[in-house]
Amino acid sequence: MIQHIKNFCLVLAVFLCIHSPAYAHKPSDSYLVIGVNQGLIQGQWDIALRDLDYAIGLDADANNAITWQEVLNKQQDINAYAFARLQLKNGADICPIVPQKTLIDHHTDGAYAVIQFSANCKDAINTLNVHYTLFADIDPSHRGLLRLDYKGATKTSIFGPENALQSFLLGNPDWLTEFKNYVVEGMWHIWKGYDHILFLISLLLPAVLVREANKWHPSPSFKSTLIDVIKVVTAFTIAHSITLTLATLHVVSLPSRWVEAAIAASVVVAALNNIYPSILKQRWMAAFAFGLIHGFGFAAVLSDLGLQNSALIIALVGFNLGVEIGQIGILSIYLPFSYAIRKTFFYKTMFFYTGSIIIIGIAGIWFIERAFNIALFSRVTQWMPFF
Amino acid sequence: MLKNKLISLLLLCWALPLFASPYLPSSPSEILENLPANAATSSKEFKSLRAILNADPNNISVATQLAKLYIERSRIEGDPRYLGYAQAALAPWWKLASPPIPVLVLRATILQSTHHFDQSLVDLAQVLKLDSSNGQAWITRATILQVQAKYAEAYQSCEHLYVLAPPLITLTCATNIHNLNGQAAKSYAKLKAAYVASGETDKSIQVWVLTLLAEMANRLGEVKAAEQYFKQAINIEDPDSYLLGAYSDFLLDQKRPQEVIALLSTKTRIDALLLRYAEALQVTQSAEAATQIEALKLRFSAAMLRGDTVHQREQSRFELRLMKNPAKALQIAKLNWVVQKEPADVLVYLEAATAAKDQAAIQTITQWLATVRLEDVALTHILTQEKRAS
Repeated sequence: MIQHIKNFCLVLAVFLCIHSPAYAHKPSDSYLVIGVNQGLIQGQWDIALRDLDYAIGLDADANNAITWQEVLNKQQDINAYAFARLQLKNGADICPIVPQKTLIDHHTDGAYAVIQFSANCKDAINTLNVHYTLFADIDPSHRGLLRLDYKGATKTSIFGPENALQSFLLGNPDWLTEFKNYVVEGMWHIWKGYDHILFLISLLLPAVLVREANKWHPSPSFKSTLIDVIKVVTAFTIAHSITLTLATLHVVSLPSRWVEAAIAASVVVAALNNIYPSILKQRWMAAFAFGLIHGFGFAAVLSDLGLQNSALIIALVGFNLGVEIGQIGILSIYLPFSYAIRKTFFYKTMFFYTGSIIIIGIAGIWFIERAFNIALFSRVTQWMPFF
Repeated sequence: MLKNKLISLLLLCWALPLFASPYLPSSPSEILENLPANAATSSKEFKSLRAILNADPNNISVATQLAKLYIERSRIEGDPRYLGYAQAALAPWWKLASPPIPVLVLRATILQSTHHFDQSLVDLAQVLKLDSSNGQAWITRATILQVQAKYAEAYQSCEHLYVLAPPLITLTCATNIHNLNGQAAKSYAKLKAAYVASGETDKSIQVWVLTLLAEMANRLGEVKAAEQYFKQAINIEDPDSYLLGAYSDFLLDQKRPQEVIALLSTKTRIDALLLRYAEALQVTQSAEAATQIEALKLRFSAAMLRGDTVHQREQSRFELRLMKNPAKALQIAKLNWVVQKEPADVLVYLEAATAAKDQAAIQTITQWLATVRLEDVALTHILTQEKRAS
């Protein structure tokens, strides 16, 4: 009996944790971000300094404070310790990890070492095998939270002693996600590729006007304006879809410098036509002709995204759809606005003529830069908030 | 380039708790992290035990000794890492179906601390079958059953302590259960008297009893007595996280958020205390509230990624009081209710149910309260208001 009570008091501290089960601190997690591009991996691994201190001892002077110097002193040891516990494989082939910079970040529960690294798998990764055993031997409650980015898709996963080895199939992300990504890329491209916007706007500046007796007059109805716009946009869309497809399928290919220069020239011509309307009689024809050239430009962007043959149709359709959505988005802002102010003096002088002249200037600079491969005026665009 | 921008855009929408601002510290002497004082890493006792165990991982007496120390630290610092360290110390036996009794008891304690109640009960049953005089197993079992609101079984476990433990411990175990089970005033008086009569007692037992007395008094609406017990408990030794949380709740109820801010400003690493701190900041309309709410959001999303359910009580309260999302709060409170049924769990459930105007849920809680005869002025207050409103 006495012995029992004695035992009892010995383990009392343990007993008492029973009344406070829920009051927990954030447990030990690390955050692993891996970005895959073909055979190359760029990674970042955030590991709590507290955990590293427990594992390999950072607080050299034992004053309960970890300084940057103490981390720097142990940088090699930290890398060696961490990367002995993380293995990346492309199928069965090990991708050697090369630690890069070590930085610091503060998460909600304290300071973390941020270890940036790269790994080269030589061949494009099909199946990424991640073997994660950090702290598995000293703290089985530790977890590694992985975020894996590839081709715009994101996967997350969690590593612990029970699931230390996990495989990720990178070859074929599900087609819907991929399709969505291409749509977004397409939209993004038309918004960011100022040359396409400027080309469209140049062609559409006169859409709210009609030419009579060598003079521009406000268009009498929205209907006639809309028909004009639809003709131009449809012609542009059909044309660039044709060349985008042909170029992506490698049926036709043109040197990108020529294509880029020609796109710039198309913008100049389209804007010039507003001032000297005799150049292009039917704007939809011009839209079609130059649309063929813009299609090659889109194709170059699409191939930069790193296409795989299996995803070709998804990419083509998705990207093209994104471009159209982006176009419609621009038009739905531009058209009602220009229609509303078409009768004003402001529209004709400031918008129509001055706008066209500015566009000619900018596109002219692009043309010179692209055709002669010089970067004379690139900075000009940086001054302009609109661009 | 386009690709990079696109990815970073996607990242903005991403919930992983990564603050995208790693930096290079400007000075080598910059202090990056303060370790808790007396942390396991720096204490000589831990270091020498770890060294012995590293050399001889199958040394069961050192392994259990180290595991106990870790579990104790997890209680003091409120840091679940130590439960992981304890588990690691017990690694050679951890996965055995029937490890030696000392390991079984510790495994049950760790499982209980991580809310794996049913697995813990299985281990405890095994211990008690082999050694019915294992006081620690009985009291851990009583605690789990009390959390699960299985009061009759919990009381039976306490009864076994009569011959095994000091009278104050047995009485505390028993009155704590009766207090939730139809005898609120009587059991409170009984524990109060026993505490006064007990004289010299271990400090941690004093804290335990005083915390329970404070909570009992508070449920009975004896605000002054409750405060006195809380203050007494806090002054005995460095208060543990449970006590700080309970006292903060009391202060928040009493509309004294400033005191909560002062009490908890250095304790925000502990999720439950960060929650109370953020609530106090919000009540005082502090500019810092938004930052702390964001931090909590990240903590909960990390916990959910991990699959942790330890935080559901807090998470429900967070959704209700700070995110103002009664539907989600109720959903989480219901999940929590399946696991645990302490007065604090009833409170979050009822608060969420009334905020979400879910009559069926309110009905469930009212019936449950009537069956177990839990008396709590906070719950009564909400139910009275609810009745008046409807």
